[in-house]
Amino acid sequence: MSDGTGNGSGTDRILEAADISKVFGGLVAVSEVEFSIPRKGIVSIIGPNGAGKTTFFNMLTGLYKPTTGRIVFDGRDITGGRPDKILSQGMSRTFQNIRLFATMSALENVMVGQHARMKAGLLGSIFRPPWVGKEEKAVAEKAHELLEYVGLRPEVHDELAINLAYGDQRRVEIARALASDPALLLLDEPTAGMNPQESANLVNFMRQLRDERGLTILLIEHDMQVVMDVSEHITVLDHGNKISEGKPEDVRKDPKVVEAYLGTQATVGEKQD
Amino acid sequence: MTARLHQLRQWKRFNLVLAIVLLGLAVLLPYFFDPRASFMNNAVLALAYVVMALGLNIVVGFAGLLDLGYVAFYAFGSYSMGWFASDFFNRVNGEKGVHLGSGTFASTLPGIHLNFLMVAAIAILICAVVGILIGLPTLRLRGDYIAIVTLAFGEIIRVFAFFGDDITFASGYTLTNGRDSISPVDQIDLPFLKEFDSAFSLRPYYWFCLAMVAFVLFVNFRLRDSRLGRAWVAIREDEVAAASMGVPLVKTKLLAYATGGALGGMAGAFLGSYYNAVNANQFQFGFSIFILAMIILGGLGSIWGVVLGAILISFINTYFIPDVFNSVPSKIGLNFDLTQLSFGIFGFLIVLVMVLRPEGLLPERRRKLELTEGVGTGEEGLYEVRG
Repeated sequence: MSDGTGNGSGTDRILEAADISKVFGGLVAVSEVEFSIPRKGIVSIIGPNGAGKTTFFNMLTGLYKPTTGRIVFDGRDITGGRPDKILSQGMSRTFQNIRLFATMSALENVMVGQHARMKAGLLGSIFRPPWVGKEEKAVAEKAHELLEYVGLRPEVHDELAINLAYGDQRRVEIARALASDPALLLLDEPTAGMNPQESANLVNFMRQLRDERGLTILLIEHDMQVVMDVSEHITVLDHGNKISEGKPEDVRKDPKVVEAYLGTQATVGEKQD
Repeated sequence: MTARLHQLRQWKRFNLVLAIVLLGLAVLLPYFFDPRASFMNNAVLALAYVVMALGLNIVVGFAGLLDLGYVAFYAFGSYSMGWFASDFFNRVNGEKGVHLGSGTFASTLPGIHLNFLMVAAIAILICAVVGILIGLPTLRLRGDYIAIVTLAFGEIIRVFAFFGDDITFASGYTLTNGRDSISPVDQIDLPFLKEFDSAFSLRPYYWFCLAMVAFVLFVNFRLRDSRLGRAWVAIREDEVAAASMGVPLVKTKLLAYATGGALGGMAGAFLGSYYNAVNANQFQFGFSIFILAMIILGGLGSIWGVVLGAILISFINTYFIPDVFNSVPSKIGLNFDLTQLSFGIFGFLIVLVMVLRPEGLLPERRRKLELTEGVGTGEEGLYEVRG
């Protein structure tokens, strides 16, 4: 599975991770995980608290350097690459606990998201030749468009992020992640704090992103309703190990998965059925 | 949105009008004073400190990197003047000296004498490089630790300046004159204008420094609303999120250090020429705090606030303490000179500001929120951010 390098974008896997581990001191947070995502797929990583899901995300996006293993994104080895480099290659993300730039406006947040796609440097920023002026204008317009696309009312585009309602902050974070025109979008518990109706809307929105923008989506999610609903493929982590993977209906029946969840959520995905 | 956009545009126009009106008034100010009045001296210093404070504001106010070694740029700027516009290297070119665009008097002296604009360009370059060198070891650090490293760096520079008269090059030149001044340093001589002469009139220095202030204000405003300015604020707000959104941390931080340093160096070169001398005693740690106090008093990140803070602190230092309130201790029966307490007074002012108005006198909209509503960058979930 990991011999997909050199094929460029010809491979049907947009991301392949082989033998990924992360050790913090003596603690093994993620242990030798094999993982891949098909192009334009919507896949999920689930697991109990502390299973290593977010650590795994952080390795994919370059915030952590894997202790072992190799990550190939879009035909290129990105193992241990810098977060900003990985972003500009087309992988973007949101955070579990919203991490907007609190005292920047919604618009400015999304403009920062386009940083990697802009060219103005120090002197360009100071002297602002015509092309920089045009760039600024285009970036602001695109930011407005994205904010409208994620459903943020135009009246609040210039509102500081900290003053926005929780749901709007989630929206801005997704717009910010979309601003760099990613091919792969990583969402870390996007429905946290949402009611069932909002979660259902988000599920639709994820499908819309995939269908309209050709995005591949990787999701960490606790809400089993959402996971079972939207995912085409699920990977289950527990104590840093991959204990199961497959189609939603197979995963929910897997005795290992049920066991891992015992004590936290006794029956996987059936609490709402 | 349109109403808000309109508001925003109006605000920008207001800024521009305010800048033009203030600068216009400032241009006329010298005509109300004697060309050699001590007020003129105080005003020139205040303007030079405005330039420095606006430079430091980029590092501390915009990018949130607490730099306590800003005096290093003052030193390198001034020594650029000492090295390249005085008789310090008096044996170059067979004691005839090197002269490039230097004034009529300077062109008869030995040593290297470059035109002030060239020296300023050299100072800007040196200080940009020094800014990057100071920045490099702080890249992996946060908050207080950045402050400690930059403080140490400032001290290293001062010690080198202090004992520079013992550091000799192969041909017998020293690095500095240590606690003896490098003097005289050339006065400013601009193309098409009469050579400045501070013994006769301080007005040209005042106007020149005002032009520097205008330039640095322009740089600050432009940077604030640019790709780079947004990236700085993003880093200040949340480094992890900024890196994940495509902001290269190393490059962006180093650009902040380099830009802030370059402006400090420009002001340093000016002060070297204005004082006609460069002396290692000028580059004490206290100077970094002096400039930092200005931007804290005015409001971190707020451009107009920093201008106000710099002018206030400067006049307190050069006028109110030595001239107005200096007799207060003796009146109440104490026998000391109030100027000895200068730093105590600045410290007291900072404490007052922190208690009464922590966001500064003219706060930036963002900072105000941070301080009054507890928005913070406190949470540091990820310790391994590289970049």
